[in-house]
Amino acid sequence: MKKIVNSVFVLTLGAVIGLGTGIGFAGSSRDYISIVGSSTVYPFATVVAEKFGKTTSFKTPKIESTGSGGGHKLFGSGVGVQYPDITNSSRRIKKSELEKAMENGVTQIVEVKIGYDGIVIANSKQGPSFQLTRKDLFLALAKEVPAGDEPGKLQPNPYKTWKEVNLSLPDVKIEVLGPPPTSGTRDAFVELAMEGGGDEIPWIKALAKTDKKAYQALCQTIREDGAYIEAGENDNLIVQKLSANPAALGIFGFSYLDQNTDKIQGSLVDGVSPTFEAIADGAYPVSRPLYFYVKKAHVQTIPGMMEFLAEFTSEKAWGEEGYLTDKGLIPMPEAERKVFKENVVNLKPLSLGDL
Amino acid sequence: MNRSENMASAAQGRQIRTMDIVNRGLAGRYRAERRFKRFGLSAIILSLVFLAVLFISIFANGYTAFQQTFVQLDVFLDPLKIDKEDLGAANYQGLVQGSLAKTFPDVKNRADKRKLYGMVSSGASFDLRRFVQKNRHEIGNTIRIWVPADDDVDMLVKGHILRDVPEVERRMDDTQIAWVDHFQHQSRIKKEFNMTFFTGGDSREPELAGIWGAVWGSFYTLLVTLCLSFPIGVATAIYLEEFAPTNRWTDVVEVNINNLAAVPSIVFGLLGLAVFLNFFGLPRSAPLVGGLVLTLMTLPTIIIAGRASLKSVPPSIREAALGIGASRTQMVVHHVLPLAMPGMLTGTIIGMAQALGETAPLLMIGMVAFIVDIPGGFTDPATVLPVQIFLWADSPERAFLEKTSAAIMVLLLFLVIMNGLAVVLRKKFERRW
Repeated sequence: MKKIVNSVFVLTLGAVIGLGTGIGFAGSSRDYISIVGSSTVYPFATVVAEKFGKTTSFKTPKIESTGSGGGHKLFGSGVGVQYPDITNSSRRIKKSELEKAMENGVTQIVEVKIGYDGIVIANSKQGPSFQLTRKDLFLALAKEVPAGDEPGKLQPNPYKTWKEVNLSLPDVKIEVLGPPPTSGTRDAFVELAMEGGGDEIPWIKALAKTDKKAYQALCQTIREDGAYIEAGENDNLIVQKLSANPAALGIFGFSYLDQNTDKIQGSLVDGVSPTFEAIADGAYPVSRPLYFYVKKAHVQTIPGMMEFLAEFTSEKAWGEEGYLTDKGLIPMPEAERKVFKENVVNLKPLSLGDL
Repeated sequence: MNRSENMASAAQGRQIRTMDIVNRGLAGRYRAERRFKRFGLSAIILSLVFLAVLFISIFANGYTAFQQTFVQLDVFLDPLKIDKEDLGAANYQGLVQGSLAKTFPDVKNRADKRKLYGMVSSGASFDLRRFVQKNRHEIGNTIRIWVPADDDVDMLVKGHILRDVPEVERRMDDTQIAWVDHFQHQSRIKKEFNMTFFTGGDSREPELAGIWGAVWGSFYTLLVTLCLSFPIGVATAIYLEEFAPTNRWTDVVEVNINNLAAVPSIVFGLLGLAVFLNFFGLPRSAPLVGGLVLTLMTLPTIIIAGRASLKSVPPSIREAALGIGASRTQMVVHHVLPLAMPGMLTGTIIGMAQALGETAPLLMIGMVAFIVDIPGGFTDPATVLPVQIFLWADSPERAFLEKTSAAIMVLLLFLVIMNGLAVVLRKKFERRW
């Protein structure tokens, strides 16, 4: 009996001591790089991290896929080993996020653009091929659309089939599988395709200057009556669902189209087909830049950070023949690459005025 | 007929009528019983069919992952390119590419060359480096080495990429297929057992990806869970069953424990994030924190199972022990606990099997991450097997589909073994009073 009481006592004591040393951990150093952020940049960051871990003596960075918003929140929480060193983002950091980070002591953030990613609207090869314009996307997916030609009049979206939106489109039900509101891909799609489409209607374009809030509410709110289905962050699942339902369209990044060309076809947007070349030279309208942000304060304390940044910004990674392009990243033009490479070498911090 | 005879025949008539009624309904009763049996049987068969469909589909998708395609290359170990003092620094990638270029000398175009070099895995250069480091005397000779093929070639050889569809719809174009066929004609392509799947850590290249890191992470996490939840759970069960006074305070504790068993597991993850990571400052993504979170999750299961097995020990054992002079504590520890231990162990094994398959609570504490290095201890960043499956299921490469199914098979095997062990233990040590 005494033995059992003693051993239980020792065990709980050990647990408490263990937790206590855990408090001590807050002060100890970390020997691997901690990265959080976008699920779109994740496939590219992980490739660089793996190459970095294999070719150098540093530990492989740990990369979490938290989403761009979640990543900025964790990143901007403070400076210290318990906070992440780098955050990936499929959209530029917002002014409010930068302000919050500065309030928490994260004053020196280096912004690095890594390349472009195209957002494709694809459907199964068994279904009809779509030639969409951004205006079609806006009219088909917005929660409220213009009622008639009179400026200012809106109605809840009445369109049920693509033919109702544009006579040249196939006569199939509007069914789009897309990312949820937490996703950076959704933010980018809404900004590029929906706002771009809304701008093609003159009074909506004018609204942007007179009442920005109303303009954003009009263009960025997606319909909730079942035509737009939030299919989660798992893009492989969306591809599978598209094979099962030939009339449905899916919204996801270019790399998934690239890997599944035998099953799905990308729709043309504004007459441009979603190919590597079209996205690279800017002809394809729905493409957005991808970024990552680095804490300058951590560069000294975490081993390997400068070398990791050097690997990510090397020509063999992000160049036109680099290994990231094999994974579906669209590289930046050479001049842009030079600019960002210099920013990294000099660790040039971002200021509020740049946003 | 006199009155008694009347009554007798009337009684007989009534009896006959009752029997008639019974006989008439009997067929219906038998039919109802058969129908009921058939419903039960078909319910069992239906669930077994679903189970079979699940296993068969996973097996069909995953069995090809246990083989990896290898390509044999003739590599000239140019002594000018390899510095004998610093073997690690040589450009082995260049040597591999040189070998491929020599095999197909008419490939000139830059884009075609990239396609050619993409036929073998990027891990080939590391295999070559290991070979040179072990066989220094071979520098200057041409060696034959088997290297892993790229995941697209692997898919083609396994038949997952169909050859008879038009070129634009295929992952590999006709020239690449011609190169693979050339290698096959020279018997330079073989499929071998995929050891990398069991010895490698996570990777972005499907042909180099393995579950070893996730297995170690699961092991450390479950070890922490077991070491913490078993003593605390057993002690709590003993206290609640044997020593706790029957008052309102005990009732409150009991109700809360039973409720905890039904709490969604991600809530424990949020607790872990708030308390263990933010307040105590423990390292993120460590199996230590994962184990603590899973302990909280499995404690209710162990406590409830422990209490049930303690309750099943008959009071005669307790009274007999007290009768021959044992103290209360001696009675519990020397007499009741050993008899209740099999039930407690069964509950623990089932709790561990549940913890092995958990992903949601680990999401909040950072264990859902890309971690390549194999964890060496409780505070190294690690991931667990179900999380590895989840991450692979999200990758666009076609080859990850079979790897995901294979990892699911490994996880299911562990779970079946653990649950089977629980059943065997129960059958062997159970005592029916």
